[in-house]
Amino acid sequence: EAMEKSRPLWDNPLQFVFACISYAVGLGNVWRFPYLCQMYGGGGFLIPYFIMLIAEGMPLLYLELAVGQRMRQGSIGAWKIISPYLCGVGVASVVVSFFLSMYYNVINAWAFWYLFHSFQDPLPWATCPLNSNRTGYEEECEKTSSTQYFWYRKTLNISPSLEASGSVQWEQALCLVLAWLVVYLCILRGTASTGKVVYVTASLPYCVLIIYLIRGLTLHGAVNGLVYMFTPKLEQLSNPKTWISAATQIFFSLGLGFGSLIAFASYNEPSNNCERHAIIVSLINSTTSIFASIVTFSIYGFKATFNYESCINKVILLLMNAFDLEEGSLTADNLNEMKDYLMATHPQEYAQLSPQLKNCSLEAELDTAVQGTGLAFIVYSEAIKNMEVPQLYSVLYFFMLLMLGIGSMLGNTAAILTPLTDSKVIAAHFPKEVIAGVVCFINCVIGLIFTMEAGNYWFDIFNDYAATLSLLLIVLVETIAVCYIYGIRRFEKDLQTMIGRKPNWYWKIMWAFASPLLIISLFIFYLTDYILTGTLQYQAWDATQGQLVTKDYPGYALAVIGLLVAASALCIPLGALVTLIRKRLKRETVSTV
Amino acid sequence: VLLLTLSLAAIAHAELCKPDAQNAFKVRLSIKTALGDNAYAWDANEEYLFKAMVAFAMRRYSSKSTTQISNVLLCNVTDRVSFWFVVTDSSKNVTTVPGSEVEAAIRMNRNRINSAFLLSDQTLQFLKITSTLSPPVEPSTPVWLIVFGVVLCLIVAGIAFLVVAGIQQRKKKNKGSTERENLEEKGEVTVTVENGIPCETLDLKAGHINGVFAADDERFTSL
Repeated sequence: EAMEKSRPLWDNPLQFVFACISYAVGLGNVWRFPYLCQMYGGGGFLIPYFIMLIAEGMPLLYLELAVGQRMRQGSIGAWKIISPYLCGVGVASVVVSFFLSMYYNVINAWAFWYLFHSFQDPLPWATCPLNSNRTGYEEECEKTSSTQYFWYRKTLNISPSLEASGSVQWEQALCLVLAWLVVYLCILRGTASTGKVVYVTASLPYCVLIIYLIRGLTLHGAVNGLVYMFTPKLEQLSNPKTWISAATQIFFSLGLGFGSLIAFASYNEPSNNCERHAIIVSLINSTTSIFASIVTFSIYGFKATFNYESCINKVILLLMNAFDLEEGSLTADNLNEMKDYLMATHPQEYAQLSPQLKNCSLEAELDTAVQGTGLAFIVYSEAIKNMEVPQLYSVLYFFMLLMLGIGSMLGNTAAILTPLTDSKVIAAHFPKEVIAGVVCFINCVIGLIFTMEAGNYWFDIFNDYAATLSLLLIVLVETIAVCYIYGIRRFEKDLQTMIGRKPNWYWKIMWAFASPLLIISLFIFYLTDYILTGTLQYQAWDATQGQLVTKDYPGYALAVIGLLVAASALCIPLGALVTLIRKRLKRETVSTV
Repeated sequence: VLLLTLSLAAIAHAELCKPDAQNAFKVRLSIKTALGDNAYAWDANEEYLFKAMVAFAMRRYSSKSTTQISNVLLCNVTDRVSFWFVVTDSSKNVTTVPGSEVEAAIRMNRNRINSAFLLSDQTLQFLKITSTLSPPVEPSTPVWLIVFGVVLCLIVAGIAFLVVAGIQQRKKKNKGSTERENLEEKGEVTVTVENGIPCETLDLKAGHINGVFAADDERFTSL
C-alpha cells in the first residue's frame, strides 16, 4: 500500500497572507485605479469603490479562500468535490490562468528591458536620437515625444497595424526568456520556494512606493496633481459607468476566479483563520490602490506642471525672438499683458506668429488621463527623466513593477500547477520540477508572439478579452454552486469546523444574494456593451503622424477573440456534460453486469 | 574731403549691412539664459570681440590673412541681443565675401567662437547656419546587454542549484526508503506502524480533521 504523501504547507500563516497580497496587489493597482479615479469623479470615486469592496470583494475573496482551505485541492479537484458536475469550473479557471500567464509575463519582459536601460547617463528615453545626417532629430521622434518614441519604436518596434506581423524582436525575446526563467526559479520547489519569494515580492513594492511618495510629494507641481485628483466631482456618482467601473476594478484587482486563491489556500492548515485573512488581504489591496494613486497623481502633477512651464517658456522664446525683446522682459506672469500689447503695436507680425503660439493650459495637461502600459512606461518614464538622479528613480520604479508583476505571475502559475500536481495521473510520472518547467517552456514559446512587431496589438486583445467575460461567468457559477448546490448550511458547518465559529448573517446575505446579483449585472452590462459597439476596434500607432489611430480588427483577430472567450466559458457546460455521460455509461455497465 | 570719405564709408556700410542683405547673417545671443547671474552686458567691447572672432574665423578658413576687424560690419543691434553682420572683401571694393565662405568659416570655428563668449550652439545662434549635433557617446557593447548577462547568469545558477539539490534530496529519500524496506524484511524495524502507516507521518499538522466527530453536535441530545 503506497504511503499517502502529505500535502506541502506554508511555513507559517504569514507566508500565506504575503502570497495573497503579492498576488492581488499587482500592476492593476498602479496603472488602472488612478485612471479610474481620475475619470469617475476623483475623491468621489472612493464611495462606490468601498461599497463594492464590502458588497463584492470581501465576500467573494472569503468564499474562494474557504473553498480552497476546506477542499485542500487545486481548483479542478476542489470543484469536483463540491459537485462532480462542476469539474468544468475548475478546468475553465485553469484555461483562463493559462491565457493570462501567456501574456502577462510580457509585461515583466518590458520591465526588465527598461530596468536594464536605466543604467545609462542620460537615460535613453530622455532625448531623441539624431537622424542619419546629424542635422536634427529623427522625424518620428520630433512629431511625438522622446518617451513615446522609445516605447513605440525602440521597445516594441511596433508595426502600423495588426496585419503587418513583422518578425520577432530578439531583444524582447531575450527579456521574455529571462522573465520566464525568473518565474521558474520562484515556483520550482512549490510552496517551499514560493513561500520565501513572496516575502520579497509583497514587501519591496511598498518600500519603493514610500520612497516615491516622499519624492513625489516634494516635486515641484505635485500639489496640482493631488488637488486635481482628490477634488470630488460628485456628479459622476449618478453615472452608472462609475459604479460598474468600481465593481469591475474590485473584482479583477483581487484576482478572483483564476483558481490562484484556491490554490494558495489549499496549502493552508485546516484550522487557519481565513475569514480574518480575507478581510486583511482585501483591505490591504484597496489601501494599496489608493496609496499608489496618491503617488501617481503627484507624479502626474509634476509632469503636467513641467510640460506647462515648458510650453510657456517656448511661447516666451518665440515672442522674444520674433520681436527682438530684451531677455527677461517676458515672464510667465506678464505674458498675457505683453501678448495684448504686442498684438496692439505690431498687429501684422503678431498675426503671422499666432498659429504657432499655443495656448498653454495646466488643466489640459492634467486631463490627459492614461491607463495601462501607456501610464506605466510612457508617463512615468517621462516624469522620471526630469527628476534629479533619474537613474536611481528609474531603477527603483522598474524594479517595483517587476516585483508586482512577478508576484502576480506566481499566483497565476500556482493556479495552473496545483491542479496538475494534484492529479495523480501526471504527478505520479513526473516530479513537480519537470511539470513546472514544461508549463513555463510552453508559455514562453507562445509568448514569443507578443514580441513580434504587431505583438502589442495581440497583447491588447488578450488583455481586454481573455479574462473578462469568462471570469465573471466562473465566479458567478462558483458562488451559486457554493450557496445553492453545495448548500449554505453545509458550508457554514465546514467553516465552523475550520475556524471555530459560524459566519455571521452579513456574509451569508452577501454570498447568497448581493454578490451574485452584482456579478449578473456586470455580466449583462459587458454583453450589452459588446453588442452595442458593433465592430471592435483597436488603437494602432501611426509612425508618420506620431500618434495613435483607431482601426478595425481584421476577421481572424475577431475569431481569436471569440475563441478566447469561448475556450474558457464553454468548459463549464462541457464539464457537466462529460460527467453526465460518464455517469450514464457507468450506470449502464453496472446494470448490464 | 575727410567728411566726404567718412559719409561715403557710412553709406557703404549702411548699404552692405542691413537686415536680409546679400551675404549677411543674423546672430542671436541669449546671454541671460546661458549665464544667469553671471551674465555680462552686451556693449561695444563685446561687439569688438565678435568682430575679432569672425575675422579670426575667416583668416583660419581661407588662410589668406587679409581679413581685418574693420572688414566685419555689424548693424541693427537690438535689446534681444541680436544683430546682423556681413564680411567685406578688402581686396575688391565695396563687396561682401560670399555667404558660403562665411558660413564654412564660422562652421569650422564654431567651438572657438562659442567659448569666447561662454555660450553654446543653442545660446549663440547663427540663424542660417545649422550646427551638426554631436552624437551621443555609445559604448562598444550596449550597457543593457551587460546587465542582462549578469542577471541571466545569476538566475540560471539559482535554477541549477535548486534542481541539483532537489535531485540529491530525492536520491537520499529513495535510498532511505529502500534501506527501510531491507530492514523490514530482516525484521529489525523499530518504526512503529499503525495500519501500515508509520506513526511519524501521522503528524496532526498535516493530517485531515475528521469532520464527523468534530462538527456534528446536533447528533447528541442535550442533557
